[in-house]
Amino acid sequence: MIEFTVNGTKRQVDVTPDMPLLWVLRDELGITSAKYGCGVAQCGACTVHIDGLAVRSCQSRIGDLAGKSVVTLDGVDGRDQHPVVQAWIEHQVPQCGYCQTGQIMQAISLLDLIPKPTDEQIDQVMSGNLCRCGTYPRIRAAIHAAAAKKMAEK
Amino acid sequence: MDIAQGLSRRSFLIGSAALAGGVAFGGYGAAVQAAESASDNPLAAGLAPDAVTFNPWVEISAGKITLIAQHADIGQGTGSVQPMMIAEEMDLDPGQFEIRFAGPHPAYFNTGFKEELAPFLAADQSPAAEKARAAALEGLRKSGLQMTGGSSTIPDTYEKLRVAGAVARETLKLAAAKRTGVPLADLRTQSGHVVLPNGSRISYVDLAADAARIPPVLDAQPRDPSAWRILGKPMMRLDIRSKVLGELKFGIDMKMDGMLYAAVKLNPNKGQPLKSYDASKARTMPGVKKILRLKNGVAAVATNSWYAMKAVETIDCEWAPSTYPAEQADHWKTLEASFKPEFLGKEWRKIGDVEAGLKQGKRVEAEYRAPYVGHQPLEPLNGVAVVTDAGMEIWVGHQSPQAVQAIAAANAGLKPEQVTFHNQWTGGSFGHRLEFENVRVLAEIASQMRGTPIKLVFSREEDFRQDIPRQISIARHKGSVAKGRIISADLKLAGTMPYNGLLEHMGMPTKDPDPQLAAGLWNVYYDIPHFRATTFEARNLSPCTTWRSVGASTGGFFTESFIDEMIHAAGLDPMKARIEMCVVPHYRKVLETVAEMSDWKGPLGQGRGRGVAFVESFGTPVAEVVDVTATPRGIRVDKVFVAVDVGKIIDPVNFESQVQGGVVWGLGHAMNCELTYAKGGVQQTNYNHHEAMRMYQCPVITVRGLENDPKVRGLGEPPVPPVAPALANAIFAATGKRIREMPFNKFIEFV
Repeated sequence: MIEFTVNGTKRQVDVTPDMPLLWVLRDELGITSAKYGCGVAQCGACTVHIDGLAVRSCQSRIGDLAGKSVVTLDGVDGRDQHPVVQAWIEHQVPQCGYCQTGQIMQAISLLDLIPKPTDEQIDQVMSGNLCRCGTYPRIRAAIHAAAAKKMAEK
Repeated sequence: MDIAQGLSRRSFLIGSAALAGGVAFGGYGAAVQAAESASDNPLAAGLAPDAVTFNPWVEISAGKITLIAQHADIGQGTGSVQPMMIAEEMDLDPGQFEIRFAGPHPAYFNTGFKEELAPFLAADQSPAAEKARAAALEGLRKSGLQMTGGSSTIPDTYEKLRVAGAVARETLKLAAAKRTGVPLADLRTQSGHVVLPNGSRISYVDLAADAARIPPVLDAQPRDPSAWRILGKPMMRLDIRSKVLGELKFGIDMKMDGMLYAAVKLNPNKGQPLKSYDASKARTMPGVKKILRLKNGVAAVATNSWYAMKAVETIDCEWAPSTYPAEQADHWKTLEASFKPEFLGKEWRKIGDVEAGLKQGKRVEAEYRAPYVGHQPLEPLNGVAVVTDAGMEIWVGHQSPQAVQAIAAANAGLKPEQVTFHNQWTGGSFGHRLEFENVRVLAEIASQMRGTPIKLVFSREEDFRQDIPRQISIARHKGSVAKGRIISADLKLAGTMPYNGLLEHMGMPTKDPDPQLAAGLWNVYYDIPHFRATTFEARNLSPCTTWRSVGASTGGFFTESFIDEMIHAAGLDPMKARIEMCVVPHYRKVLETVAEMSDWKGPLGQGRGRGVAFVESFGTPVAEVVDVTATPRGIRVDKVFVAVDVGKIIDPVNFESQVQGGVVWGLGHAMNCELTYAKGGVQQTNYNHHEAMRMYQCPVITVRGLENDPKVRGLGEPPVPPVAPALANAIFAATGKRIREMPFNKFIEFV
């Protein structure tokens, strides 16, 4: 049994310690907002926060997470009113939408670290998140809008 | 494999026999008829007495309004725009209805394919062309073929869903008139209610039982676009919020009680069987419940997808070898040897005297190449299925419901009507979800695991290995220029067959020439006195299928690169020459628009370059300008300008998204993607080998939509083809280097 926290709730899972967090979330706990895209940290669709940092859940072994706190998009503080979520809706970023939860988790982390990122900083942080539909122009616009919104709220 | 059930191959293929018996009527009448002729409305079965359905797209039942989306949502927004077109006519607001994907039924046959199947240029609106399209429509009606693809959602549904909504609205008003005694003319509708002159309101749900007792008002007319509340204006796509919140369930997110998880390892030699296997290690691995032999591979069934994937990896398999060349170099050799009469597809178009024309002025010759590429939508192939005594239920996101039913049945030993198909929201397709690699093996697994719901998820690596790629092709173009104009163009292309490949995989093989190989090759709208377009069809290469924009993705690159070479040879400006040569007035307007948007004034100089290209595909003319800078670290793509004419823009926000997405798709794959074979399987098995575009390479993309085309056109694919040649032409302008083969990064560095 491995015990860790997901979205503020303590959970116990009985799986081998080498199982990636992604598959614990999806198949053991039924939390499907983290997506399987590549399994090798090439797409970012599985991005979640572990102890506040954006992490590829396909590369995080559950055995290393005992006692850690995992947050998926479902558990983000004030999710529905979060400036990043709001900007994503206002800019109608998604097409198929499959990569977007990972994009949003990465963008939230970006703005926590760099409140007003330049285009270059956005490129650096967001280029690990693949979007096959090509929503990049809208992602960029939404991040700038969310940054402005966050600044205004402070 | 036979999927003839409910699908008449002869009529779908629109052979000469089907064309001969054509009935001539216009697009509008055809659409109305599409709604009326669905007398066996699939929604009518099992409906309660207090429920009503007006046609195959509108149902009021169990206290709610449900609108049916017949075209699959593969990220292009059809799950929103289809119900929105009905809601416009019914005076429904977002939130007042639910959306359900259609099950397989001929009532949902795709009228939109008539444009692509009639052998006429899209810009040809002559009576002969319209008659052929009407005949094609009759063939489609007989076939009952329900399919999403070919950028046909809006062309198919623009009239028929608005008519469907209008019929529902007028029938509900009639029911209210009968109930209240108020004259019909005094009733109006608003926000899901019929409104009486005194201001009192009756909800549609409340009227359902009354409406069920009267025949639908079939002559109801859709409103003029000038009266639209929702359509044509910026609107919120209905799926945005749930996708942003991560709440929308894709096929891969489905879970059922007692479900087990399957992963597969299939013969990388596509289409070939398994010879033998050793699963001794896999059987002992954690979570593993069962190892299954499949026709073309093995499956591990476990308590978690990851356990299943890990276990199946360890199975040692002996594969039957490929029937196509094992090594990529031999694919190219086969293709090079296909420019011969015995491989002739068709001479699609001939103007003037090409042989004589080639002898005039200065000769231009060039060879171009395009490789196999993968689709690789981010949601891998998957599906859930359960087989019981009652038959099979299958939940999978797919563009061909009837074919899923037939192929699942064939692989589970059932009849098609024993298979119940539930379409799912999908994480992209780009043509991938028109093929059946997941459907076949899921049916095999579920029938071996009778009674247990099975979720199959392809690992990304398996998805790459089994991806039926885009066609590979070579073009050998010749032309001549004299006195500042293009005199002749003799365009020849050899390739594998995408469209015929798809038909074959559906169990409907054809011997007709593949029309998609001609896309971007024959539909050239420049005034060239001597012109010929010929295709050759390579045999015994990799199976191929449709990939976003299909034939035009390669044909458009070849043609518009070659036109550019001839324009330069003639000493002309690439933009001005195209505008002057363009013979279709509203296509010329598309070029003029992109010239204005990009402020085209000739060469940029100082290491910068711009290129233009124009391609009509699926009836939609698109012109694009790409600006690049040659930096010390390589070529940087700075800006892309796009002008598109679709006749009518339904959702302006999604319009821009689709165009931008098409540009990113076209650029990324032209720059750095190819699939190559070694030992019979593809060598690229994850995104690090087939990267396409990431954020750091994405240019600023400016889009303008025009509404001059006499028909309402589709948009999912047409923005793709012009961008690769526009980029190659821009690189030439910036560096003097002509890149004639995709992917471009084999020849030049990108930032």
